[in-house]
Amino acid sequence: MMLLKILFRNAFHNKLRSSLTILGIAVAILAFGLLRTVVSSFYAGVEAASASRLVTRNAISIIFPLPISYTEKIRQVEGVKMVSYGNWFGGIYINEKNFFPNFCVEPRTYFALYPEFVLEERQKKEFLADRKGAVAGQKLAAKFGWKIGDTITLKGTIYPGNWDFVLRAIYTGRDNTVDQTQFFFHWTYLNEAVKKRAPVFAEQVGFYMVGVNRPDVAADTAVMIDKTFKNSLAETLTETEKAFNLGFIAMSEAIVTAIQMVSFIVIFIIMAVVANTMAMTTRERTGDYAIMKTLGFGAKDITILIFGEALVITLTGGLIGIILTFPAARIFGQELATYFPVFLVSAQTIYMDVAAALIIAFLAAIIPTRHAIRIRIADGLRRIG
Amino acid sequence: MMTEQKKPIVEIKNLYKSYHRASLVVPVLYDITFDIAEGEFLALMGPSGSGKTTLLNLIAGIDKVDEGTIHVGDVDITTLSETELAAWRANSVGFIFQFYNLIPVLKAVENVELPLHLTTLSKSKRREHAEIALAMVGLDHRMDHYPGEMSGGEQQRVAIARAIVTDPTILVADEPTGDLDRASAEEILSMMERLNRDMGKTIIMVTHDPRAASRASVMRHLDKGYLNHDAAQNPL
Ligand SMILES: Nc1ncnc2c1ncn2[C@@H]1O[C@H](COP(=O)(O)OP(=O)(O)OP(=O)(O)O)[C@@H](O)[C@H]1O
Ligand SMILES: [Mg+2]
Repeated sequence: MMLLKILFRNAFHNKLRSSLTILGIAVAILAFGLLRTVVSSFYAGVEAASASRLVTRNAISIIFPLPISYTEKIRQVEGVKMVSYGNWFGGIYINEKNFFPNFCVEPRTYFALYPEFVLEERQKKEFLADRKGAVAGQKLAAKFGWKIGDTITLKGTIYPGNWDFVLRAIYTGRDNTVDQTQFFFHWTYLNEAVKKRAPVFAEQVGFYMVGVNRPDVAADTAVMIDKTFKNSLAETLTETEKAFNLGFIAMSEAIVTAIQMVSFIVIFIIMAVVANTMAMTTRERTGDYAIMKTLGFGAKDITILIFGEALVITLTGGLIGIILTFPAARIFGQELATYFPVFLVSAQTIYMDVAAALIIAFLAAIIPTRHAIRIRIADGLRRIG
Repeated sequence: MMTEQKKPIVEIKNLYKSYHRASLVVPVLYDITFDIAEGEFLALMGPSGSGKTTLLNLIAGIDKVDEGTIHVGDVDITTLSETELAAWRANSVGFIFQFYNLIPVLKAVENVELPLHLTTLSKSKRREHAEIALAMVGLDHRMDHYPGEMSGGEQQRVAIARAIVTDPTILVADEPTGDLDRASAEEILSMMERLNRDMGKTIIMVTHDPRAASRASVMRHLDKGYLNHDAAQNPL
């Protein structure tokens, strides 16, 4: 108890130094937390992928389509439960800065395959009934102030011209890891228009979304799908949704690695700063420790004093950093919603924050403790004069 | 002369001590042999660097001898391990140093209580003992003050209270007045004198101030590590 009293008071004895150190730790932990969140946001799409969904696309490249006629054949492959399909539309809303993902899909099956997109039953019916109907994520609708019934015009990039849609439904996420910035409309709407303007490009899909019965044999199912189309005009490549999504971020992986490294460097720097502070304060207290040893206190007591002081400082700073991470991540997430549709501070990030704080305290305390324990009392006392 | 009849409380025999600095051996004490009687107030004098602090530290068990024995009571402290020595110090020695040596983040009463945390005393008993000790040095009204809020003399009185609160066998003081003005020094010396006379405390005090030494019952001189064998008895 008395040791606790001493170590707490020691920790805040030099107010300026303690505050600056705590501030440094708080900022470092905040930066660390945000960077870790950026990293995990990169993988949010991968994480959100379902093990029971496969993506089938043209084996040559994602930019080449597949014929719509594959639907029935894929459905007949053993293990396949449901097949949906769609195209990347790539439309622009007003200007390029307003980027959001937009697809045309076969809506009945698509939303059946994505139970994490929650639609109100009545809205869903109205959407399905309206050929020009569209569904938008709640975050997307909120961003542009869209309401049910609004007409939304997208400028086509792959499919030229202005395309009008009527917002019939707004989906929410089953939980907050669900991307709520996407936009969907009827595949048939696009196909009919294409049929009129450029018939060679009609009756084609960019990807098939395949639901399987048993996720544990999904890989086998994928192989069988691809076998079905072997030596046909358009061969397929089928992979799990996770692998498919990973493929999209593979290019930016080097950046992710760099961010990851920076996050550790931040911790490393603050570690050096805290170690230096602890070395300074404990050197000033050499006489105190010598007196305590003179009075009969032992190595254990000195260890508690120094480790305790380091822990009080780093955990205070760490706690402030963690508390600040949440509002900071919210602002960050709002500003960067285009790049990171899901920007959430994960529990794992908080654990890593705490672990980082503990490691900082431990490494900062270990050398001063060793020194304070080893120094002969007589020498320690001489330092006071 | 009456102190000589009592059984010695400290017996030092053929004590040698040297320091090792890098490859250099610096001899500090040579063949020191003498007794300290129970209830003695010993002043250890000598020029700077003569080894007074070193000798005091050895008697108080915060440094190790090279050769020789030191009996305090029935214990030969030169045979004790580091841990045993720490426990022995906590029990048997009260310390007063030149630079007060209080823990700055503890209040006066908490500083006095500090050594009692190594005993089995209850919280309320600890507080009670600490308050009595502070009252004995006349500082019961400054209990809740931090060292930084007290004068040098007052801080040294708190240190005395801390030294006596465990009721140790011997009190050791290294230049207890060395950093004080004349008036405060007199006050401290009177206090130590009273502890010796009224409570029978054995005190070993290092000083090079003859006026301080004159308060002691016995004076011994160290010179370049040798003890002058004709200990002077104070005429008082
Ligand atoms: N840790 C050490 N390492 C090396 N030499 C030391 C050490 N401690 C003390 N000495 C040397 O031992 C000698 C005696 O020192 P000591 O402190 O006992 O003297 P002192 O009589 O108390 O002097 P002062 O009156 O100045 O306090 C000195 O020459 C000193 O330099
Ligand atoms: Mg000295």
